[in-house]
Amino acid sequence: MSKEPILSAKDIEIQFSLRGKTLKAIRRCSLDLYEGETLAIVGESGSGKSVFTKSFLGMLDANGKITGGSIMYGGVDIAQYKTEKQWMTIRGKKISMVMQDPMTSLNPLKKIGKQIQESIELNQGLKGEAARKEAIEMLKKVGIPDAERRANQYPHEFSGGMRQRVVIAIAVACRPQILICDEPTTALDVTIQAQILNLIRDLQHELGMTVIYITHDLGVVANVADRVAVMYAGQIVEYGQVNEIFYNPWHPYTWALLSSLPQLGIKGEELPTIDGTPPNLFQEVKGDAFAPRNKQALAIDFEEEPPFFSVSPTHSAKTWYLDPRAPKVEQPKTIRLLREKMGHEEVTGQ
Amino acid sequence: MSEREKLIEIKDLQVSFGTGRHKFVAVDHVNIDIYKGETFSLVGESGSGKTTIGRAITRINPVTGGEILFKGQRISGKISKELDQEVIRKCQMIFQDPMASLNERAKVDYIVSEGLINFHLYKDEDDRKRKVESILREVGLLPEFASRFPHEFSGGQRQRIGIARALIMEPEFVVADEPISALDVSIRAQVLNLLNRLRKSRGLTYLFIAHDLSVVRFISDRIGVIHKGRIVELAEAEELFLHPLHPYTKALLSAVPIPDPELEKKKELLIYDPSIHDYSTDQPIWEEILPGHFIYGNQRELDQYRREIEGK
Ligand SMILES: Nc1ncnc2c1ncn2[C@@H]1O[C@H](COP(=O)(O)OP(=O)(O)OP(=O)(O)O)[C@@H](O)[C@H]1O
Ligand SMILES: Nc1ncnc2c1ncn2[C@@H]1O[C@H](COP(=O)(O)OP(=O)(O)OP(=O)(O)O)[C@@H](O)[C@H]1O
Ligand SMILES: [Mg+2]
Ligand SMILES: [Mg+2]
Repeated sequence: MSKEPILSAKDIEIQFSLRGKTLKAIRRCSLDLYEGETLAIVGESGSGKSVFTKSFLGMLDANGKITGGSIMYGGVDIAQYKTEKQWMTIRGKKISMVMQDPMTSLNPLKKIGKQIQESIELNQGLKGEAARKEAIEMLKKVGIPDAERRANQYPHEFSGGMRQRVVIAIAVACRPQILICDEPTTALDVTIQAQILNLIRDLQHELGMTVIYITHDLGVVANVADRVAVMYAGQIVEYGQVNEIFYNPWHPYTWALLSSLPQLGIKGEELPTIDGTPPNLFQEVKGDAFAPRNKQALAIDFEEEPPFFSVSPTHSAKTWYLDPRAPKVEQPKTIRLLREKMGHEEVTGQ
Repeated sequence: MSEREKLIEIKDLQVSFGTGRHKFVAVDHVNIDIYKGETFSLVGESGSGKTTIGRAITRINPVTGGEILFKGQRISGKISKELDQEVIRKCQMIFQDPMASLNERAKVDYIVSEGLINFHLYKDEDDRKRKVESILREVGLLPEFASRFPHEFSGGQRQRIGIARALIMEPEFVVADEPISALDVSIRAQVLNLLNRLRKSRGLTYLFIAHDLSVVRFISDRIGVIHKGRIVELAEAEELFLHPLHPYTKALLSAVPIPDPELEKKKELLIYDPSIHDYSTDQPIWEEILPGHFIYGNQRELDQYRREIEGK
């Protein structure tokens, strides 16, 4: 992947103002996105996955703003965009997002079919009857049975998973260059989920689309991702190719995350969790943000923020463990045995 | 099966929406007993009626056929005001769509304690505050969050506000509708541990609805598989995962994503084709094919399932 990135976010900072206080949701976070790839972003709830990616389309809530860094896209630093008019040249057309909470992106008072149709009219140049037909076609593609009748219903008449699929249909109908899917399949049964993931994959090949998946389902990550980025407390802390993250992770947060998988749990016993809470982002974070929850933290973790160290040309982690000066640290046993536990017959070397 | 106390009995439940030509039967002929202290899970197709069943128990959706009992008392249809209040208090629901279920204009402090306030379930203001703080911590949120509005949170934080609001009522029965779908695996583990702890310490009973089958397998005592508004198979958790019989259950289990890139990419999907069932003359029944293992099928299918069991 020596190509130029299609989108390059550098040292992004995002703050929210909350009744006189400032919350630093994103703390100098960088990401290069390459054309045609599928990147999965995983990480702690509240770590900033949605906020970070929403900033690529200028969709931050009114009390939030980008306070530092740049987002280069199409030769322009879009982090400097100020007006809705500027964002409208990108949003939907070039970059489109399937929002995490389907109800927030659907109009409760408008029929489902109409909402998809409008997106098609706006972005595909089809009009009237032709757009309506295409809307129904889309509904069928996302696996809504009886699409003709369903198109005339309102969002509240749809089940959670059906609403989620409508939102996907709307985003995909825009045929964007970059599609961001924020938890797109949480309300779908595994069979329909597989169908939707295939649909997105087909479109990706057909249109050369680049896709970002934000998901907590590590099974989905294993299925779709070329690369994975792991977020904690407003930063990406590790990124690499999908196999590198699953089979050779290096950040202690990534270790903790993988160790909590329910597949590793023993029924009737408690699942492993991560003690403590994520840092309060109203305050300045000192050192490695994960250190207070990491039992094997090094002294320097509490003092100084680690830089990224590379594990391979495609894989880096932001942890002092990888500093040549650090004492030798081993990956925890659960991580080393993860492949076996998941059902690999033999453990092959990394 | 020993004589365990049935907390919830769902008898021949039907729920339909609309009338006349627009009538749509969402749930039909559903029979489930949920025992005190167990976690009963419903899994299945999106749009198959899981939320509708949960909403029927908590009296949000009116029942159009059959009945629902809570501790032996009918709680569906017209009931006394006292019983209605009791159900509201003791049967809580964690809603699937956190955004749509939280009052946008209220702060978390109020949202979480609304039920306590309505039922005067606290001694004084200090006690109320303590309760809010403690439940927020239990679901992994900071007590400082209490002064914020729902839209100022991440998806998973909002979902946990919904969980806190239900659990603070110290209910006896909880319908947990996709309660952990927006949580990372570690916080998910924390919430699952909490639910399990409450079950052991307070004898709390759950109807758990989730699409994540690895979680369902971990947390459930028994599981019902639903397809198009009808339960097609019901068994103890391990039995269902190890010996699924109904072709829909098999298809569902084959599609479970594996958090391992190599295995996941090699996985083979089974496709379920509902047209394989020919129920035109040989009518299907709900049969206990093994102790505690129920399945929906006609005689020809049941014979085949029996052969399958023997062949093992
Ligand atoms: N409008 C807002 N005002 C104030 N804080 C906000 C606002 N929106 C988000 N936040 C905060 O920003 C942080 C990052 O939120 P974000 O939604 O990006 O998390 P996330 O990683 O997507 O989490 P989840 O997996 O739970 O969806 C959180 O701590 C959240 O509380
Ligand atoms: N208020 C309503 N009016 C009309 N139809 C409805 C209403 N609520 C639900 N339905 C329909 O009832 C059926 C069952 O919906 P329900 O929400 O119970 O499904 P579900 O099993 O929870 O699905 P999911 O897994 O997608 O959340 C769906 O076809 C849905 O469209
Ligand atoms: Mg989010
Ligand atoms: Mg539902």
